[in-house]
Amino acid sequence: MSPRKEIDANEIKEQLLKGYPSKVARKRSQQIVVNAKDEALNVPEIKANTRTTPGIITQRGCTYAGCKGVVLGPTRDILNLTHGPIGCGFYSWLTRRNQTRPVSDEDHNFMTYCFSTDMQENEIIFGGEKKLAEAIREAHRVFKPKAIGVFATCPVGLIGDDIHTVAKQMSEELGINVFGFSCEGYKGVSQSAGHHIANNQLFKHVIGRGEKPSEEKFRINLLGEYNIGGDAFIIDDLLKRCGIHLGATFSGNSSYEGFENAHHSDLNCVMCHRSINYVADMIEEKYGVPWIKVNFIGAEATAKSLRKIAQYFEDEALTKRVEEVIAEEMEAVEAVQREIRARCEGKLAMLFVGGSRAHHYQELFNEIGMKTIAAGYEFAHRDDYEGRKVLPTIKIDADSRNIEELTVTADPKEYRPRKTEEQIEALEASGLEFKGYEGMMPTMENGTLVVDDISQYESEKLIEIFKPAIFCAGIKEKYAVQKTGTPMLQLHSYDYGGPFAAFQGALTFYRTVDRMISARIWSQIKPPWKMAGQPTLEAEFVHAE
Amino acid sequence: MGKSKVTAKPNPTSGECRHATRNPCRLCTPFGACMVFHGISGCVPFIHGSQGCATYIRRYLIGHYREPVDIACSNFAEPTTVFGGKQNLETGLINVAAQYVPEMIGICTTCLAETIGDDVPMFLHEITKQHPDLPRLVQVATPSYCGTHTDGFNQAVRSVVEALAQSGAKHHGVNLFSGMLSPADLRYLKEIMTDFGLAATVLPDYSDSFDGEVWGQYKKNIEHGTAIADIEKAGGARASIEFYSTASSKKSAGGYLLERFGTPYYGMPIPISVKDTDRFLSVVSQLSGRVPPDKYDGERGRLIDAYVDGHKYVFEKRAVVYGEECLVVSLASFLSEIGIVPALCASGGHSGRLRDALAEQIPEMMPDVTVLEDTDFWDIAEAAKAVRPDLIIGNSNGYKLKRELGIPLIRVGLPIHDRIGASRILHVGYRGAQQLYDRIVNALIEQQQEESSVGYTHI
Ligand code: SF4
Ligand code: SF4
Repeated sequence: MSPRKEIDANEIKEQLLKGYPSKVARKRSQQIVVNAKDEALNVPEIKANTRTTPGIITQRGCTYAGCKGVVLGPTRDILNLTHGPIGCGFYSWLTRRNQTRPVSDEDHNFMTYCFSTDMQENEIIFGGEKKLAEAIREAHRVFKPKAIGVFATCPVGLIGDDIHTVAKQMSEELGINVFGFSCEGYKGVSQSAGHHIANNQLFKHVIGRGEKPSEEKFRINLLGEYNIGGDAFIIDDLLKRCGIHLGATFSGNSSYEGFENAHHSDLNCVMCHRSINYVADMIEEKYGVPWIKVNFIGAEATAKSLRKIAQYFEDEALTKRVEEVIAEEMEAVEAVQREIRARCEGKLAMLFVGGSRAHHYQELFNEIGMKTIAAGYEFAHRDDYEGRKVLPTIKIDADSRNIEELTVTADPKEYRPRKTEEQIEALEASGLEFKGYEGMMPTMENGTLVVDDISQYESEKLIEIFKPAIFCAGIKEKYAVQKTGTPMLQLHSYDYGGPFAAFQGALTFYRTVDRMISARIWSQIKPPWKMAGQPTLEAEFVHAE
Repeated sequence: MGKSKVTAKPNPTSGECRHATRNPCRLCTPFGACMVFHGISGCVPFIHGSQGCATYIRRYLIGHYREPVDIACSNFAEPTTVFGGKQNLETGLINVAAQYVPEMIGICTTCLAETIGDDVPMFLHEITKQHPDLPRLVQVATPSYCGTHTDGFNQAVRSVVEALAQSGAKHHGVNLFSGMLSPADLRYLKEIMTDFGLAATVLPDYSDSFDGEVWGQYKKNIEHGTAIADIEKAGGARASIEFYSTASSKKSAGGYLLERFGTPYYGMPIPISVKDTDRFLSVVSQLSGRVPPDKYDGERGRLIDAYVDGHKYVFEKRAVVYGEECLVVSLASFLSEIGIVPALCASGGHSGRLRDALAEQIPEMMPDVTVLEDTDFWDIAEAAKAVRPDLIIGNSNGYKLKRELGIPLIRVGLPIHDRIGASRILHVGYRGAQQLYDRIVNALIEQQQEESSVGYTHI
């Protein structure tokens, strides 16, 4: 890629909007923002978490996808039963690349299964509760799971099946935990609504039921880590080396028992702020476990996160151990960074993905000298862009009201503040931030483009204009991007590569990106006979000696 | 999934009535309709319903073909489910028209739109009146609670033909409604038609849209496919050829043209076996008035030669075959021809005609064939154990079964999410049979080789 002339982001914004009817353009103009931060890191307001306009091809999925696919999907031993016609269940069958490590051969792993009530016309007309109850009984009889989750799809909400009552009856009848999720696809703007519904129900029905506090020292939970490509595995390995014990991960390599006992840990570390920050809040209110924001994507970010955890536990040996591990790891990391920086420095990246990934991955690009020129989330809210400080100013619309807000109070038995108020204050004074998230925009340069819920059309336009060295998104964008001759890395599934988390993952990421950008195939897209100035093919005779 | 081989350890359930579908063997209806719309030049597929369905279906098509696929949606919100989807549909269509400037928008429905009872034909009638500039709008009702992806596909082909083919003016072309085949199949079928000098309208023709070249620069992703002008002339074609075994011609596009314009109609199974391809070519030969070019003698001769060479590896082997009903029937016919017993033939389809169609194709084998209709992979797995199979033929969702049984899986059809090149798998004609045959024989040889304690290299 040749160095480009300076591109004015405002002009680009105009160009993007030009293709739309005026009403759509007006709406999109609030969702496409040219970043401009002041010294106090205030950034312009972006419109986020609003409905995609019909006819605009979005990359967003539905509420059900966020609930069943994202949050519950990676939990191996809860049997997930989709109540609805076949497609919804089918498409959410094993599609994400969540990995899991059952503890023993006897451990349940339902992740390779897809269970659906596969509703037929009869049930749509006369109701599907009976079939649902039978399906739950059947699942219990065949698999003997510890818990069953029931997921409502769009038609179910319409015909009025009461999945919660069925779940309750089945719980009583079968003596296992059965709980329902009213996650009909139309309920929310995007997957994000589904994350919320899922997490609410886990909080109501699972977290806190466990009576197995672990004896380990320095117990933490990881919230919003989905173990794509095995990220959670290497984070876990890293934590172990530091002497930190990982209680539960929400939700990657996760288990029912882990969820049940999550309230026994002493610190919650939030990776993906979007999908789970409210659970961290609720656990704190009910059980007294504080939370901090961490990020294990990027070597620097990983080091910083480990230090935060050590700081929280205020233990000298732990701090020392953490510093040793960081020092050991950083040596190799820095060597590879130097080598790859030489090739990647100054190249441009675009990231349109997730609710936190578009932010986190900028760290990794920075570390090899690449610049993120445009970024945006698929399903984030304003606080993920602008930082938590804007939370009080976010307007609640009909879609957000649709999602239950749980009222949480301290648990009479289990509430145990892990730190006194004074301790918290002292830690804050020494630089440890609780419940903080700065958001993506304050970390991006001025003049970069921030686009919420980018459409297929806009991403293609942006590529045409910026010709980035790499574009990161999901599988839906992948092949269109590649067709135009731009390397494309999937950050939902890592293209079945990775892991990219922690120090070892960072190395893998640098190398992956370097290989993709430096691949020679992109220069061969045009056949030689179509090259400018070469109207005909020339061949030389080869003479036999 | 991780390194562990652990799966749940279920108790057997055979014989009990099934209430839940466990690992489904069918996809949903609008999926098939979107395939058809994506195979028409200038057409944008549009799903009327919630955005999740559109995203899932796009994701799934994209994953299988490894090609970009754009599908628009009317993005229902909660109030839409109460007040109906007309407003959303209207906005959606206007926005698609503005972005893509298409010649046509192909609209199918999700379960939600059908459940709330949206009268889409009426909506479209009103919308077109108000917005006469909109491109042509063709719609098909695709509730998934009463159909599969195959039904959605076939219904969409028929709806397109019904909506567009308005003239019976005679011409020499031939319509080919080939059903849900791979891009490689479509390409080969077109080559055959060209070789016979026939101008064929293959509907849908996604041979380029689902298996395209690198572009180098951005293009609108709706350029390729059957020309709308050709579909308009379908009624006057010399004949329609339609591949089906279990679908009903009464409901098909070819059946419609016969009824409406008297267009001669030839229905036949997907041509995979020599017997079925012979039949296809004789029809093509008759329609064109040409004997098959020598090329086909060559292809056919080499295929039979290979059958003879490889017979010792395949005879009396037993296979599990699953997938779309029509594909299963034609594969079974092919397998029986090469000496493999299609011991279990299964499909998630529920036309109710699978057994009869098989009985027609492979009557002599039926006593040894188990047929599962309207089934899922759970039941397939149970039944598979009972038939002692040597290999499995079907889409990639049978991988779990393959692992359990420790026998080869020959990937055919759709979806294939764990291998590259699904678009390039050739199933039809002598050439398709040749490729399938080689893959099957080699898989069996490899199995034998791997299992041998010696490791012979001459087998
Ligand atoms: S609601 Fe119907 S159309 Fe949508 S994904 Fe589910 S089965 Fe398919
Ligand atoms: S029907 Fe609803 S729940 Fe199912 S995939 Fe579509 S939007 Fe999602």
